[in-house]
Amino acid sequence: MAKSMYINGQSISFDQEKNLLEVIRKAGIELPTFCYYSELSIYGACRMCLVEEEKRGIMAACSDIPRDGYRIWTHTPALQTQRKRTMELLLANHPRECTVCSRNADCKLREISHKLGVTQIRFGELAGSAPVDSSSASIIRDPNKCILCGDCVRMCEEVQGVGVIGFAYRGSEATVTTAFNKPLAEVDCIDCGQCAAVCPTGALHVKEQMDQVWAAIHDPGKLVVAQIAPAVKVAFGEAFGMQPGEAATGKIIAALKKIGFDQVYDTSFAADLTVIEESFEFSRRLEQGEKLPLFTTCCPSWVKYAELHYPQLLDHLSTCRSPQQMFGALAKSYLRQQTEKDIYVVSIMPCTAKKFEAGRPEFSSEGQPQVDVVLTTQELIKMVETAGIAFGELEEDIFDMPFGFSTGSGNIFGVTGGVTEAVLRNLAVDQVFFKQLRGAAGVKEAQVEKDGHLLKIAVIHGLGNAKTFLDQLGQSDEKYHLVEIMACPGGCIGGAGQPCPPAMKIREKRGKGLYALDRGMQLNLAKDNPIAARMYQLWLKEPGSEEAHRHLHTSYHSRKRIQLAEMTFGDEAPETPPQTDRQAEISVCVGTCCYTKGSYDLFQTFYHAIAERKLEKRVSLQATFCLENCQGSPCIKIGDKIMGQVSQADVADLLSDL
Amino acid sequence: MQQTAQQSLRRFAKVNEIIHKHGPVPAHLISILQDIQEEYRYLPEEILAYVATAMDISPAKVFGVATFYDYFSLVPKGKYLIKVCDGTACHVRKSQEIIEAIRRALSLSPHEESTQDLMFTLETVSCLGACGLAPVMLVNDRVHPKVTPAKVREIVNEIRLKEGGLIEE
Repeated sequence: MAKSMYINGQSISFDQEKNLLEVIRKAGIELPTFCYYSELSIYGACRMCLVEEEKRGIMAACSDIPRDGYRIWTHTPALQTQRKRTMELLLANHPRECTVCSRNADCKLREISHKLGVTQIRFGELAGSAPVDSSSASIIRDPNKCILCGDCVRMCEEVQGVGVIGFAYRGSEATVTTAFNKPLAEVDCIDCGQCAAVCPTGALHVKEQMDQVWAAIHDPGKLVVAQIAPAVKVAFGEAFGMQPGEAATGKIIAALKKIGFDQVYDTSFAADLTVIEESFEFSRRLEQGEKLPLFTTCCPSWVKYAELHYPQLLDHLSTCRSPQQMFGALAKSYLRQQTEKDIYVVSIMPCTAKKFEAGRPEFSSEGQPQVDVVLTTQELIKMVETAGIAFGELEEDIFDMPFGFSTGSGNIFGVTGGVTEAVLRNLAVDQVFFKQLRGAAGVKEAQVEKDGHLLKIAVIHGLGNAKTFLDQLGQSDEKYHLVEIMACPGGCIGGAGQPCPPAMKIREKRGKGLYALDRGMQLNLAKDNPIAARMYQLWLKEPGSEEAHRHLHTSYHSRKRIQLAEMTFGDEAPETPPQTDRQAEISVCVGTCCYTKGSYDLFQTFYHAIAERKLEKRVSLQATFCLENCQGSPCIKIGDKIMGQVSQADVADLLSDL
Repeated sequence: MQQTAQQSLRRFAKVNEIIHKHGPVPAHLISILQDIQEEYRYLPEEILAYVATAMDISPAKVFGVATFYDYFSLVPKGKYLIKVCDGTACHVRKSQEIIEAIRRALSLSPHEESTQDLMFTLETVSCLGACGLAPVMLVNDRVHPKVTPAKVREIVNEIRLKEGGLIEE
């Protein structure tokens, strides 16, 4: 039986809606929210979606289930006052520097405050500010702008399965931070940027590098070369009134030329090379019985995630570089022969992790990165705005040659399942379109026959899904041949560098846009790309050749325990921490056993003896936790050595031996 | 003194034992942290990171739990732990002055909790359940009722004298 409720006096029927908020939105009323995302768990913290039910009073619409016969009011005087007051309190804690904030244009706090009609903040400004963390290659964290909605925390943990940020402390000191308040660059952040994509304010935002690009453009000694990733083509226009999924390729090229880029190329060309190399690698592994499944490596967040959490799988990762880095190598070695000028490579990417990837030492030649700067879609949108270009009125332009020619394979790279589909096409499995690998499901599986082998394939997006899949893979006997993993929901089209926030519907439209590009092309197989064929003829010899390996392949390394050199698991061999510090370090154990044997007195004896001998600059003294030598307590550690049964009488000798 | 040739490598046997005792379930995290603090007298960063990995909880979440509760400490505490009550009864009886007096007596800067020689740690607590004795403070487990700034200086000096240190005027 159909259920219904009254919303502002109007009867609305409902069925599968999981909360009241969805029913209210169905009724055409947009309630403001900060902490509600349909893809994340419900948190109910921001109190913006308050509604009044005639019998039950005021409640949050996001965290209440729809009930038959409800009589809901959404904008009573009491609700309006309450919402405004909550907003005012949020703003009281928020810096008032909106005009220079990088999220000015798409700040949800500013937008909702405007919609609610908040015209003044009755409270004074907060004194003092917390330091801004700009250690990461991709994301800037400004805790002063945080409104504690927790969207980033849930995105990182629930969707990406990473959880490097969380709530810490409490009450007025509550904050969103990393473990032990470490800089983002020192924790297991994979640079996917999804936290920034859902952040309603400027508390987490993309590290912008437009200034560097402008400087290069204005430098006459530089030949500035752009590459555009496929996912950018179908999302860029959204900022200028186009529909998600509508390709704006021609106009983007025209805009780049107007801005002053010398040459504009297509990352999809490099993606065709990736397909050729990767399908060659896959065939080789299959035929020679090397390690399978083969994992794709186009996604830098997934690669970093594997290096951090699954070092045992690194041999399974394809050695192929991502299309961005293949292009970088091509530009810095091949294009370089054609010009006197310094080649400056700018990538236009949907992705924040590409900034991290471009900075990896593996991808530099002669100390210079092969990709100089990575701009996200959003950053290029800002550059177009800065240059005052009327984007809608631009006449379409075409890519420069030679690296402007791509097949359909190189274009579907931007959507989950695309890389796999492109590789399968190239393997000549007698099929071009693989519908079973398309769509929004978190894990998609397929079986394809090739030369008598039945190939088992999995396509995964969202690292949370990948974690579940990999943990199951480790325990089951299932044998896969090819596994594609993309960190962001939907693949690159849902990247954090794209116009946000990335709703599921928008991602689906962008994906369809890429498949439409593919269908509209004469060539759909990467190996049919004539320019790629010529590059092999002129320069790379053949797929998998030594030359191809030098320019198009890479290697990976475990990043586990980097910040925890002392820590080992089970029987793994310990890594010895580098001895760079010439200062002597004395640690006194204050664990229970040593404490009862007088380790505090020992600590104080050291403290005073060091002060007496004026050794403070040479010797650092600290308390430490259990040194696991309890039978010899009290113990201390000097440098690398643990000493037991140390008495206060030993202190003088120990210090003079240093 | 006994020399141990052992490398400065910890195998976290005790932590493993504690985790094993409770079971590596997120719901048991608080009990596990309590036991670890009991054993190690504070929650060392390395141990928390190890616990997170061993229990498959993100380090940020473990850090969040450890910083939420005042009971947990992320730094080693001094030999003498002074807890000054700042509950309502003690507060109206001027516990703030007591706290200030202790800070002065220990030469602690505004955000410092422990003296550098790790002799004292100062904490404020919300209620010690001895409101009739307000303002009240604990030194390790000994209750000092109806303290005054002068009495506080006396208590600190007495400890210093006992420990053979210098008395600060």
